[in-house]
Amino acid sequence: MTILSADALLEIRGLRALFPIRSGVLRRVSGHVHAVDGVDLTIFPGETLALVGESGCGKTTVGRSILRLIEPTGGNIWFRGVDLTSLPVDAFHAYRRQIQIVMQDPGSALDPRFSVRDAIAEGLEAFAIGADYEERSKRVAELMGSVSLDPEAMWRFPHEFSGGQRQRICIARALAVDPTLLICDEATSALDVSIQAQILNLLADLQAARKLTYLFITHDLGVVRYFATRVAVMYLGRIVETGPTERIFAAPRHPYTKALLASIPSLDPGRRSTRPAALGDVPSPERPPPGCHYHPRCSVRLESCSREDPPLVDFTDGICRCVLAGAEREAKANAA
Amino acid sequence: MHWISDIVVVLLVLAAIGLWRYAAHDRFWRENAIELWRRRRLAIAVVGVYLLIALMDSISWVDPAGEANALTSGKARTILDRSFQPETFTEASYSAPLASVAFYGGQPLLHPGAHLLGTDLLGRDVVYRTLKGARVALLIGGLTSLVVIPIALLFGVTAGYFGRRIDDAVFFAMTVLASVPTLLLLIALIMALGKGTVQVCVALGVTGWVHFCRIARGETLKLREADFVAAARVLGVREGTIIRRHILPNIAHLIIVAFALSFTALVLSETILSYLGIGLDGSWGQMIDQARNELSRTPVIWWNLAGASIALFTLVLAVNIIADAMRDIIDPRTRRERR
Amino acid sequence: MSAPLLSVENLSVAFPGEAGPVRVVDRLTLSIATGETLALVGESGSGKSMTALAIMRLVPKPGRIEPEARVGFEGRELLSLSVPDMRAVRGAGIGMIFQEPMTSLNPVTTVGDQVLEAIELHTGLSRGEARSRVIELFGLVGIPDAKRRFGAYPHQLSGGLKQRVMIAMAMAMRPRLLIADEPTTALDATIRAQILELLRDLSAKTGTAVLLITHDFGVVNEVADRVAVMYAGQVVEEGTRAELLGRPRHPYTQGLLRSIPKAEARGHRLEEIKGAVPRPGHWPSGCRFHPRCSHAFQPCPSVAPKRTAVSASQAACCHLLDRSVRP
Repeated sequence: MTILSADALLEIRGLRALFPIRSGVLRRVSGHVHAVDGVDLTIFPGETLALVGESGCGKTTVGRSILRLIEPTGGNIWFRGVDLTSLPVDAFHAYRRQIQIVMQDPGSALDPRFSVRDAIAEGLEAFAIGADYEERSKRVAELMGSVSLDPEAMWRFPHEFSGGQRQRICIARALAVDPTLLICDEATSALDVSIQAQILNLLADLQAARKLTYLFITHDLGVVRYFATRVAVMYLGRIVETGPTERIFAAPRHPYTKALLASIPSLDPGRRSTRPAALGDVPSPERPPPGCHYHPRCSVRLESCSREDPPLVDFTDGICRCVLAGAEREAKANAA
Repeated sequence: MHWISDIVVVLLVLAAIGLWRYAAHDRFWRENAIELWRRRRLAIAVVGVYLLIALMDSISWVDPAGEANALTSGKARTILDRSFQPETFTEASYSAPLASVAFYGGQPLLHPGAHLLGTDLLGRDVVYRTLKGARVALLIGGLTSLVVIPIALLFGVTAGYFGRRIDDAVFFAMTVLASVPTLLLLIALIMALGKGTVQVCVALGVTGWVHFCRIARGETLKLREADFVAAARVLGVREGTIIRRHILPNIAHLIIVAFALSFTALVLSETILSYLGIGLDGSWGQMIDQARNELSRTPVIWWNLAGASIALFTLVLAVNIIADAMRDIIDPRTRRERR
Repeated sequence: MSAPLLSVENLSVAFPGEAGPVRVVDRLTLSIATGETLALVGESGSGKSMTALAIMRLVPKPGRIEPEARVGFEGRELLSLSVPDMRAVRGAGIGMIFQEPMTSLNPVTTVGDQVLEAIELHTGLSRGEARSRVIELFGLVGIPDAKRRFGAYPHQLSGGLKQRVMIAMAMAMRPRLLIADEPTTALDATIRAQILELLRDLSAKTGTAVLLITHDFGVVNEVADRVAVMYAGQVVEEGTRAELLGRPRHPYTQGLLRSIPKAEARGHRLEEIKGAVPRPGHWPSGCRFHPRCSHAFQPCPSVAPKRTAVSASQAACCHLLDRSVRP
């Protein structure tokens, strides 16, 4: 899919992020970790796209590449039609307002020496929003109210708050500059279940009120099933399947997606989950298996899977990177 | 030239007041300072006394022509000088503590029983000399550190934050300096620069910044990867502002602890320099150096050594105790247990 | 009914605070039968990990177990054992695995040697015999290519494999009770499923009872026979898996289960429990959950609720269940 969608908010094509592996006495570069290995992704305004995968799949790296916290090694990222990857650092500065992030650990995402007011106002100061100190403090109070925090507490420090409250502070900080796209990088993974519910409700409310688009990076499929509109599944640096949430959970196409779904523990005491469908361990991204990266763990692999890269099969509601999906579609087409 | 010292004192006092007001305003420092006072009152008081004595020896003026006498006219005399009147409060030579007669010969003293720690070779009161040494010690430790720290911070933080070439260059310089034996380098520098307060401070500074720089660089490397630094970048904060608002405040406490510890190391280094004859005049090191052949006499002349050693030991101990307590208070891990 | 394998009564663990000792576990009572898997569920700050450490007498200083506590294991009172006797119980009678396999294994010895050490410490087996036992254990916990893996160092193994090594170490002496503290929290979803299946199979095969500490109800459903829910240092509800997941009676348990995102909740707000878990030392009076409870009524803020049995196996501490209190 190389056509740029006219109404897309963010469009990623061929994204690559390689990290050099240094070994030996002289620390020479002996190879590369293909953390992100040719990723195509489209995010539409107003949606919540979940980027799911296990550790080492590269989903966090994708998020950081969009924000240019890591410089991608290859590929392009378009934001509303503008190629962000071609912009020099100074020109990119203006776009930072539009894309913000909420991170996994609110404890380390807040400078312990910054009061809550200073933390939330940091973006305001960087972009010269608000005429003076007083006005910015007023904005901070408004933002704190919108995340259900008492504005009186703005002079306190992060260590005086609970984990859930700290995450609210981080959300307020990200929203201070009025972004269009919010990247939630495992934003609820470190929170207790009851707090997670509060934060998810808050994120849903904010999305409706401020017309936000979310890129929700997570490994928790239960949350994805509840919260996301579309899903992209990553494995070892590649996107293996995309599609709308309901279809992905009802009728997954890729064997890895099926294995992931099978591993979600159910809460129904009458039903325990089926035997885990993925075999073995997640391989290290330094030495991805040849051909289809997933083939060693795949229960339905063919002989050709260890040699050839799987084809990208395009369905109307998403893609699937599996040779069997292509065959399945042909069979359906032939039957019709 | 004495007025230079006076001006410096005034500047230091102003700076101290400014720092005090900043610390009082900033909750982090205020709480830590209060906690430090609560835990180590004695040590802080001791260091305070030393500071006071050094201060008294730094403010000097010349008596106007009408009031001066023959011995003191035209000379700038400090408050300490005026209290002790060293020009008249001397003897001919050695005398034991609180003695009424000279050590050799037994002639009656000019001020019998008045010298608490006796007098030295030139008949100077040992207590007076010990107190005078306080200023020298604080000068060495304090002044050198105050010059060294900003330079080391500059190199260390930029090397740690920006990495690559800057880091390589700084690392190269650090390693070169670290591979030359410190003492030899000190001696060589002082030979080249000549004796004198400024020269010794410069030499000690050149050999001492590496330690600070390494600490600053290491901590900056860690902080650079912190989530809140990444968050600041995403929020559009410029690199310089990140360093100023996030990196520096978070390494400040480490620098302070390192300062306190290097302070004592510097004072002790000067002692060694004096032992080799290239230290500062009037320092405790010089007194200890003189004690070398005093101790080999019979009966032993010990009061010169006693005065200098006790003064040195007490200062080093007090500063170390404070630094230790500071480290415990500021360390986030032990802090949490306190709450 | 036979005597329970593990019987904990009136367990309190306290840490010194500025205004006196602060309890993190408060008069806790629970029991585990032979071969049974009990899940101890709670959020952070509930005291569940400290309960496990207390059973093993591994409470970190300056915490201490208060003297009224009783921990009975196989008929012996653990809290009154001498230090060498307790050490013999740890590992041989009770095994423990922790959340972070990365930090629980010694990075400078091979994994095989570490399990070997555990065996040699407790038995008189020769090196060769012990080695075969280790390889047998590796097979039991599903480590493929066991002979080769014996000589591997922890950093060469993935998270899932490291956790299997931990389980092997804990099971080396065939303990009758295995305490697992959040064993799958740090693992990937697909690996988590494998480890949970392993725990289930192991328990069935060897008859080992399991005390599983977790915050995840999905994990509870996969492995537990019975469940105990902790809040603010106490057990607020206990029952069989079916009872607790199907018909919870305590408002906290109900709230927790309802706040888990489910497919059916799509498009609707999740049910929240308002407020946050109170910190030890700041526990509310009466029923500790009352400030956050939507059913709180007159006795809740002042009177602590008693443990009320709802069935032969289910009980909860809530005034709503206490017929003598309800209006």
